[in-house]
Amino acid sequence: MKLSLRELSVSFRDPDGRAFSALGPISFEVAAQQFVCLVGPTGCGKSTLIRVLAGLLPATSGSARCDGELISRPMDQFAIMFQDANLMPWRTVLDNIALPLEIDGVPRASRYETVRALLPQLHLGNFEASYPAELSGGMAQRVALGRVIVQAPRVLLLDEPFGALDALTREKLSLDLLRLRQRNVQTIIMVTHDISEAVLLADRVLVMSRRPGTLVEDIAVELPRPRRSHMIYLPEFLRLAKRVRESIETLNSL
Amino acid sequence: MRKKSHDNTENRKDAARVAAALCPVSPLLTVGCLLLAWQWISAREFISHILVPPPAEVYQAFIDSLADGALVKHASVTLEEMLYGLLLGVGVGLLIGYAIAKAPLLESILSPIIVAFQSTPIVAYAPLLVIWFGSGIASKIVTTAVIVFFPTLVNTIVGIRSVSPNLRDLMRSLKAGRWQMFRHLEAPSALPVILAGLKTSTTLAVIGAVVGEFVSQGSGLGYLVTSARNLYNTPLVVVAVLTMTAISLSLYGLVAYVEWRFLVWRRRPSL
Repeated sequence: MKLSLRELSVSFRDPDGRAFSALGPISFEVAAQQFVCLVGPTGCGKSTLIRVLAGLLPATSGSARCDGELISRPMDQFAIMFQDANLMPWRTVLDNIALPLEIDGVPRASRYETVRALLPQLHLGNFEASYPAELSGGMAQRVALGRVIVQAPRVLLLDEPFGALDALTREKLSLDLLRLRQRNVQTIIMVTHDISEAVLLADRVLVMSRRPGTLVEDIAVELPRPRRSHMIYLPEFLRLAKRVRESIETLNSL
Repeated sequence: MRKKSHDNTENRKDAARVAAALCPVSPLLTVGCLLLAWQWISAREFISHILVPPPAEVYQAFIDSLADGALVKHASVTLEEMLYGLLLGVGVGLLIGYAIAKAPLLESILSPIIVAFQSTPIVAYAPLLVIWFGSGIASKIVTTAVIVFFPTLVNTIVGIRSVSPNLRDLMRSLKAGRWQMFRHLEAPSALPVILAGLKTSTTLAVIGAVVGEFVSQGSGLGYLVTSARNLYNTPLVVVAVLTMTAISLSLYGLVAYVEWRFLVWRRRPSL
């Protein structure tokens, strides 16, 4: 599915009632099955952008469309992954992953079957009966990933999904994500703070300005797929990472 | 030096172990000590037996009132009033609490009335309730309902309002309907707070029922207390009071069990 943003902007009201601009105007297109990473300074409106695309927040002006249809509510075949795992503490791992299926009215036996088939790939084989409080941060985030996978989305919105994890765990999880994607290729928009992560995963890295975030640079990443963790030592990777870094640093020095 | 500190931690561990072992029986120990003190005081006759009857007399009154069926009769009346009162008060509290949590406008409309009701002593307007609802069981049910309504209301509002906004977003992105939002998100996340409110409500329910029985005579443990006092039958007064305690402790225990059974995820993580 193809996404297109045209002059999209969002403004909020502060407690005194004054409007302030949080995002945009920003325009770009994402081709079907493309993986795009958004990087930019803290508070530049990346998460706001994700929320608009998820249909959770209305645009103040401009538009976001998916295959030509205006996004004004949560769309079919979209899935979102949040900054924290965002699990329901009263549900077991099994029931947390099965939640989207339950909402869709899939019978219990069949949704459990689907989830149980998925657990080994998520390295959660022995944890189906565990509660979120018993999981480590990385495990919790893999549950959240599982909850996205069962939705079989065609557009995946990732809001810094691995931000709270240590470097090695996040790299492992992001490569897990790529591997799972090989089977069912989606359009992905991912917000991240991590330049290496952006370059390693994406087809394109979009650099956003400070608030209100606009597009300052659109960098194509032409590394071969499937991506491997050792690619971070390739000269091409280093050249791209340097370019993204310089682009962000120019912003910060302004 | 090192040896000593080692001993200290060992001692502390021992103390912790003893405390852990005593934990389940410590309430029994307290009750046992109180009974001993009671026996001792009444045996010495520091105070007249009419004021503080010895445990043996109370026990005899307990057996007698069981034998002639009076205790069971009055206790079941009070229990019935409490249960219906809880059902009504908690039910209405849940409904209005949910409505208020969802519509802040409703809160500004209703809260003056609710707070006024809550801050007026129930004992003061219980006679009014008897005038309105008659001297039968209905007025006692209403008194109980009024007193258990407030904790349920407040806890429902707090519970529903504390639902995680991120989980709300998740449910919206999954295109959950209104009922699914309630069933899968709002109800389970408010449940711990609501059950905490229900625990308070069960202990208040006995107050509501007994206040009602004090005001309009007829039957129930409150009536038993008044009539036994008029006959200077202090042992029977004590029996009635202890029965109230037993009823309210049992209901509290029942809710605590429900909590333990249904909030598995809130028990200590095993990891």
